[in-house]
Amino acid sequence: MAEYSAFSLLKNALNGNKDWKPAWRKPDPKASYDVIVIGGGGHGLSTAYYLAKEHGITNVAVLEKGWLGSGNVGRNTTAVRSNYLLPQNTRFYEHSMKLWENLSHDLNYNVMFSQRGCLNLAHTPAQLDDYARRGNAMRHLGVDAELMTVNQIKRLVPALDVSGSARFPVLGGLMQPRAGTARHDAVAWGYARGADRRGVDIIENCEVTGFLRDGDQVIGVTTTRGDIRARKVALAVAGSTGHVMQLAGISHMPIESHVLQAFVSESLKPIVDTVLTFGMGHFYISQSDKGGLVYGGDLDGYNSYAQRGSLPIVDEVMSEMLALFPGLARVRMLRSWGGLCDMTMDGSPIITTGPLPGMYLNCGWCYGGFKATPASGWCFAWTIAKDEPHEFNAPFTLDRFYRGLIIDDKGQGANPRLH
Amino acid sequence: MLITCPYCGPRDVVEFTYQGDGNRERPQPASQDLDAWNAYVYDRLNPAGDHNEIWQHSGGCRAHLRVVRNTLTHEILSTAFARGGHKSAGHKAGGNQ
Repeated sequence: MAEYSAFSLLKNALNGNKDWKPAWRKPDPKASYDVIVIGGGGHGLSTAYYLAKEHGITNVAVLEKGWLGSGNVGRNTTAVRSNYLLPQNTRFYEHSMKLWENLSHDLNYNVMFSQRGCLNLAHTPAQLDDYARRGNAMRHLGVDAELMTVNQIKRLVPALDVSGSARFPVLGGLMQPRAGTARHDAVAWGYARGADRRGVDIIENCEVTGFLRDGDQVIGVTTTRGDIRARKVALAVAGSTGHVMQLAGISHMPIESHVLQAFVSESLKPIVDTVLTFGMGHFYISQSDKGGLVYGGDLDGYNSYAQRGSLPIVDEVMSEMLALFPGLARVRMLRSWGGLCDMTMDGSPIITTGPLPGMYLNCGWCYGGFKATPASGWCFAWTIAKDEPHEFNAPFTLDRFYRGLIIDDKGQGANPRLH
Repeated sequence: MLITCPYCGPRDVVEFTYQGDGNRERPQPASQDLDAWNAYVYDRLNPAGDHNEIWQHSGGCRAHLRVVRNTLTHEILSTAFARGGHKSAGHKAGGNQ
């Protein structure tokens, strides 16, 4: 498979684009593998990629029940950031940020990573103090963070209502300049191509229907394309974690699946040159390279496996957008969609060995799985290859809830719908 | 989504507050069984299908309801008052029903 390069672009342009090869093969499943990764989304594909690249484990299958990237990796709002308060989260997401910064080169695939910054707006003095604290915590760990004044914010986002008569006047904000967005489909395709060219089999339309067991030990899976054995079975199925774990006989988990809606407007000239979050509600917005405003808000608020949302949240998100941008009142919404979030009880993810022997678990990404994609796969591959966590994911265990070691960045307790 | 409150009749979902998994059993207040408390606080059933859950009609009569709802289709299969059907060991021991 050829590298993408200026030369290959030119060559194919001159011969009518006839020589491009598929980015990944469509192999039939083999009878057995060293590692099976369940879930062909961003995290599953990056896990397979780093298993091959960092650990030389190439006898790997990625099983995807639909088509590649049909789940959450194509259903998010593409924001990438590492602006956390607690050191466990900050270290992990900053590792992710550093991988993002080199990802297009690493994959030889343009993931359109754009460091346009992420700005959290503050609307009360207490909130501004809180952001100052978080910014200091970030800078202590070597992550970039800057407090911005109202005037700086006004210059950065002229369309934003920063007047005193706004419904929630803006008092300042916390900016992470290195944050930004990436093209979510390209991330999936780039990792798929990178894993495939190193020998990983990516098997689409292959739904896992159960687990093969030898006593407690997991030794493979049953699928709609037959039984497949493996020494190690790794789950990276995000919103479907509860369902797939039930297939393995584990019915209770510290996880609830919820639907999160996102929206895109018709294309506009550039008006939001950053990722912006609203501090008085739950709303975030950026502008895609095509010009559409990409935005979202809260979860629908109740357990759901339906990849669609309900109208009350549409109403709420739109009203929050207008509180920030009254000038967008007549902009039309183009599409809305829902992704599944596996909400943990403290809002932090789980990357761990187990819970059954032979099984490895990557889940609990709550709202924020997309920005974690590189570090998630990198840490999960380490954990699978070495049967122990890397220091970056060592805190993200399944039993932290029962050992009193929760990582609760928002302080919302065991109430998943509030994270 | 419409939820039929036994007092108030069918009302829009915006009148209700979700209280989560209705299968959890709260241990006795004096219980020192850490596994039971951990399970109560952190573990959820989270099925893809019919789910037994608690809602409060917070924008109406404020009653707590036991609702069986399909998490794949959002279809409401049944609603009833939570009290009576509630499996809380603490309530039984308190005798304040």
